[in-house]
Amino acid sequence: MTGYYGNTLKSNIRSQPSSLTDLFVSLTWLSLQGFGGVLAVVQHELVERKRWMTKEEFVEEWAVAQIMPGPNVINLCLMLGGRYFGLPGALAAMAGLLAIPLVLVLLLALAYAQYGSHPYVVGALRGMGAVAAGLIIATGLKLVSALKTNPLGLPVSIALCLACFVCIALLRWPQAYVLLGLGAVGCTLAYRKLKP
Amino acid sequence: MSAAPVLALQWSDWLDLFMHYLAFSMMSVGGAITTLPEMHRYLIDQQRWLSDAQFNTAIAIAQSSPGPNILFVALMGWNIGINTGGMPTALFGALLAMTGILLPSSTLAYLTARWGHENRQLRSVRAFKQGMGPIVISLLIATGWILASAHRNPTTDWPLWLLTAVTALIIWRSKVHLLWLLAAGAILGGFGLV
Repeated sequence: MTGYYGNTLKSNIRSQPSSLTDLFVSLTWLSLQGFGGVLAVVQHELVERKRWMTKEEFVEEWAVAQIMPGPNVINLCLMLGGRYFGLPGALAAMAGLLAIPLVLVLLLALAYAQYGSHPYVVGALRGMGAVAAGLIIATGLKLVSALKTNPLGLPVSIALCLACFVCIALLRWPQAYVLLGLGAVGCTLAYRKLKP
Repeated sequence: MSAAPVLALQWSDWLDLFMHYLAFSMMSVGGAITTLPEMHRYLIDQQRWLSDAQFNTAIAIAQSSPGPNILFVALMGWNIGINTGGMPTALFGALLAMTGILLPSSTLAYLTARWGHENRQLRSVRAFKQGMGPIVISLLIATGWILASAHRNPTTDWPLWLLTAVTALIIWRSKVHLLWLLAAGAILGGFGLV
């Protein structure tokens, strides 16, 4: 059972999941830490702790996961699972992300009716929401250093970053248009820089 | 319409729900959250299967629960099941909606990733992955910014913004585990300090 990355990439990757069970358990644990979004945890656990992918690989895979329809984190993890174990790996990764959290969210829905309006609960959720926002920002800031090796060059990369931030965060333009518009610019520039 | 509706869904209705979620899946570029307006139109305005309160609570619970935010779809299916019968129906509704929202997009993502890897030497594939890099990184920072600025009253919300900024700095510059900061956020919030 080999994934479609075969064995060629093994030398570049510092570590990898040992089995489908390892993949499932790792992603379950990761998913359970993801309050208010799982992406920050994915970067933290898979790139920094387990070293299943490098920062540069993470950015490349994330670009694909982001542009495809569907939940980005699920796309990313199923691509990662598929890369090591093929289709069974993709399914194990999805099951890990979703199975136990699904049970939890249903239990929470039952509990919410009872405790949802308790001031301590409301306050705690407010505080955790603020932390979750900070986690996502930090994830983005950490990945900026991966741009040093980008063929676009650092000045162009930073200019694209700033343009995207202004369009999405400040002007609040629809994400799909910004991705298409700035994406086309970025891809064209990269295409010209890369040797055929 | 505030009270939860009482329903009697037929197999054809469940099939219709499933088909709609298959379609939502293919429309959800940028995450399933972008199809919320469409889901609202279908589930509430057109079919009247959920109350507005159930719809909004489903999103709030999924966001405060561990795991991917896409689980709000399961809660919508669950609530339709609750409105129509008991827990078994609710479980069926949750699984049906989740399968619908995930099947097409996941299949496409898997096949695309596979194709992309087999053709990873192509100039166009490399250009795409590298050219999108700065944009998707920036998108993360922008997403965090939008989440933080959902609380927009400077006089009461400045401690929340400070918490977001301090969290971002700590995680960016140190190796502290994320869970410690989430716990700190829960405690600060729980005692009304932010």
